[in-house]
Amino acid sequence: MINNISPQLDKELERRTGQKVRDCYQCRKCSAGCPVAFAMDLLPHEVMKLVQYGLQERLLGCSTVWLCASCETCSTRCPNDIDVAGVMDGLRQMALEKGAAVGQPEIVLFHDSFLRGIKLLGRTNETVLMGQYKPLSGRLLDDMGLAAVMMLKGKIKLLPRMVKDRKAVRRIFDAAGKSGG
Amino acid sequence: MATMSFTYYPGCSQSGSAEEFGDSTLAVCEALGIELLELPDWSCCGASSGHMTNDLLSVSLPGRDLAAARALGRDMLVVCAACYSRMKVSQRRILEDEELAGKVEDAVGADPRFTGRIRHLLDVLVNDVGLAEIKPRVVRSLGGLKAVPYYGCLLVRPPEVCCCDSVENPTDLDRFLAALGAEVRPWSFKTDCCGGSLSLSRTDVVERLVNRLFERAEEAGANCIVTACPMCTANLEMRQKPSKFGFSIPHPIPVLYFTEMLGLAMGLPDAEEWFKAHIIDPHPLLKELV
Repeated sequence: MINNISPQLDKELERRTGQKVRDCYQCRKCSAGCPVAFAMDLLPHEVMKLVQYGLQERLLGCSTVWLCASCETCSTRCPNDIDVAGVMDGLRQMALEKGAAVGQPEIVLFHDSFLRGIKLLGRTNETVLMGQYKPLSGRLLDDMGLAAVMMLKGKIKLLPRMVKDRKAVRRIFDAAGKSGG
Repeated sequence: MATMSFTYYPGCSQSGSAEEFGDSTLAVCEALGIELLELPDWSCCGASSGHMTNDLLSVSLPGRDLAAARALGRDMLVVCAACYSRMKVSQRRILEDEELAGKVEDAVGADPRFTGRIRHLLDVLVNDVGLAEIKPRVVRSLGGLKAVPYYGCLLVRPPEVCCCDSVENPTDLDRFLAALGAEVRPWSFKTDCCGGSLSLSRTDVVERLVNRLFERAEEAGANCIVTACPMCTANLEMRQKPSKFGFSIPHPIPVLYFTEMLGLAMGLPDAEEWFKAHIIDPHPLLKELV
């Protein structure tokens, strides 16, 4: 159960990301330059404001944090030196750890599939990634035309290259999982 | 030119969907006498999915590679803009935060405090090798190519860790292409995001970003887009018009790697093989050059 309001939200994000969201004075430069703003349910400057208000339930369930592409345009332009994209990372990680009902489950599923591939092989392989993600996303037949073109161009490697010491990679995942981020 | 030697971190794409980027990197470095020694048993940097979901994982995955690079001592060379960003951000955090460095060391089982420099090949070519050194090696001028340089995000941002000369209007790739004889067209979308990390999950969003880039490149009078990132290239080549069974390319402007441009200009024999791997066929354009 996630409380609607957390007076500690700003502090918790600072502990996680080192960012002082309270410094935001709502100039909206982040939202003005955001390439994905058109698809968001909260604009980046609104996310900053809601963090100041401590409205954690709304934030941890929003689409915006997952749609953020981490292009870092906002972080680069913020006049108060807030790494806005870093705050988005912090909110994403909190949403997963607290088991929030995330706004974009498909995007979470993609990240999960991507990381499971690395845990398995130590490297990313497009075929393995598709195999993990597509059936779960319910979009198995999307991109069949593209897949055919990729095959022809030799872009799909059926024999994945992998790390020899896969135990070492698994140990990293185990250690990071235990720490809870 | 003084001989240069790097520990080379290839990154996953360069032996998968962007093999032509990996192959052209090896070929141009060999031709220029830049020695690349592949990092033994390297693993994936975790990319966007790592830092978006688990902070310690996002630093520890590159941490394993940094630990291996530390044991070798040489500076590290990276060509994928995403790998480059993850390596540099992780290195900085490990060296600046001893508590974090300790956690990464426990996870990795080796000392991740790599103090060598992490370089992107574009930076090395423009600033170390130098354009004055590259120009005399151009045997086939790229005149006729009207290129827009596309830097994307992670080669320029965040500026504290990146290598380009300007964060809002970088010119490294512009000057590099001009040195090869290409006509560099001015445009305002050099560093605008293509939405790479959403390519599979929110193709609708990515389609809009990608098409805007092509429309702006067309307006700028370009006949090709030159990149330094396998994520950008894959996204631009594959996401103009996503659909279930069909596949079409409304804007057939080739998207090429800066290493391919250099290899072509230097007359390297393997160039033909690289161009075959592109989804947007560059052959009609390249034929016009001759």
